[in-house]
Amino acid sequence: MSALHTKTISELSSLLAAGEASSVELTADVIAAIDAGDARIGSYVEMNKKQALISATAADARRAAGENLPLLGIPIGAKDLLNVKGQGNRCASKLLDGYTSPYTATSVARLEEQGAVILGRMNMDEFAMGGSNENSAIQPCRNPWDTTRVPGGSSGGSAAAVAADLAVATLGSDTGGSIRQPAAFCGCVGLKPTYGMVSRFGLTAFASSLDQIGPLTKTVADTATVLQAISGHDPKDSTSLKVDVPDYSQALKTDVKGMRIGVPTDYFSEGLDADVETAVRAALATYESMGAELVDVSLPHSKYAIAAYYVIATAEASANLARFDGVRYGARVDGDNPVGLVKGTRAAGFGPEVKRRIILGTYVLSSGYYDAYYIKAQKVRGLIRKDFDEAFEKCDVIAGPCTPTPAFPIGEKSDDPLQMYLGDMYTVPANLAGICGMSLPCGFSSGGMPIGLQLMGPSFGESALLHAGHAFEQATEFHRARPATSTEAS
Amino acid sequence: MGFISALLMTDQNESMDVRYVANLARLNLTEAEADQFQGQLVQILDYVKQLDELDVEGVEPMAHAIRVENVYREDVVVPSMDHDDFIANAPASINNLVRVPNIIE
Repeated sequence: MSALHTKTISELSSLLAAGEASSVELTADVIAAIDAGDARIGSYVEMNKKQALISATAADARRAAGENLPLLGIPIGAKDLLNVKGQGNRCASKLLDGYTSPYTATSVARLEEQGAVILGRMNMDEFAMGGSNENSAIQPCRNPWDTTRVPGGSSGGSAAAVAADLAVATLGSDTGGSIRQPAAFCGCVGLKPTYGMVSRFGLTAFASSLDQIGPLTKTVADTATVLQAISGHDPKDSTSLKVDVPDYSQALKTDVKGMRIGVPTDYFSEGLDADVETAVRAALATYESMGAELVDVSLPHSKYAIAAYYVIATAEASANLARFDGVRYGARVDGDNPVGLVKGTRAAGFGPEVKRRIILGTYVLSSGYYDAYYIKAQKVRGLIRKDFDEAFEKCDVIAGPCTPTPAFPIGEKSDDPLQMYLGDMYTVPANLAGICGMSLPCGFSSGGMPIGLQLMGPSFGESALLHAGHAFEQATEFHRARPATSTEAS
Repeated sequence: MGFISALLMTDQNESMDVRYVANLARLNLTEAEADQFQGQLVQILDYVKQLDELDVEGVEPMAHAIRVENVYREDVVVPSMDHDDFIANAPASINNLVRVPNIIE
């Protein structure tokens, strides 16, 4: 049998159900792949081999007792900002050295209830701030397609591991594109749910009005499976919505005849790489050839999204990260008085990007600037949302580029935060509007790097995304491509 | 022109003092960090200024993606998380309490 770790959840689920493989075998196979390959990629910041094999044994016992859930025995990695009781939760920061989670995030707990095996913790930009994973204070993470390039971020480890077959699936979090952008850069599927669909309880907050947890997987069908498991109301998160979760497996249809696909004309503008544009336009042509109807839609305020986002997100971050003060948990730098302790701890614990964003957020909330920046940005957020409301009157999903360029070389933007921020131009609008979005592979650049097609749907439009995405996958081969697992590089 | 109005005339972003704001945020910065961040943040704020192109008169500020009223739960006792697990995370503790430097002289 070909290596288990290269397979999808759907394939593995069938093998496990048929008794042709056990979760222990599968988990051991994935661990062996990580041991052999992750030194080159750096996608895991912590492995839980022993606990993973214990969970796999338990999953096999549940299956022997007659259970047959889609995720039973499937190894999944969790981004290093999700609490898992008894494990670290460092958010790739020095500040949380030594922290041990006293509880488990709801999203992870739901995977565990389904029998998933939590393999380890995925690398990321510190406190989810960044688009390249270069802000990890623990270790660099590299793109498996070209280890001189970034995997994207902030869920860089989550995407790189899936792309390199070092995890069957992972959880990431997306505040301004942090699931979709690395999925696009690494050639896997990544979905940011509608705000409020997935509980944020146990997620280390970056920007509370924007953060959502979501899956990164090898196929759209696998995304549907993980999304099904983690979605739904949670009384522990007051922003979690009391809505019925549809049966997402029903959304995996291949016929898109009559589907209205919105083409965001404003997103094909300056700054869009020619290879990305070519691949995305080819994807639109594919949809058209499959019988979908292409409809031009206008999102005129999206060009202001980056400006509004970096006010709102940093403002919320400056408040959320106030809790990291060296008093109750994490690393502490002692001081003569409490203020000295807090200032010294934060100076030593936070990396430069986190400091920059805390300062920016503190500034836009400070007296005299609150209206000029923060309230203004919130009003622009309203205009961006209104654009989407109007667009979705004309179409079922919007399809466009996920990122302006393919994955860029490590170091290219690390000294220029504004250039890094501009890379989020196509993903940030969905967070501000609170709608759902997904990236899926739609081609390769002339340099051989994956390109992502972004599908956006209205609030609670996940089924439409999965339908459009699954249909595209069935008609194309891009999702089957895998990076060469050369050990000579890096 | 008086001193105050001269101050108000200066570019808004020029008035951002990274060292002052860092203190508000309870963050020590090295001189090198302060100098670097000052330049970068002024550049970012200049970019943010494009929001001024938009007429937002009468637009409702959108604080959240969804409108949620106060969320209450039933007032029933449920098990708390384990106290020892929390104290084990504290960088310093004494008598099962988190220890910090003197707050009151």
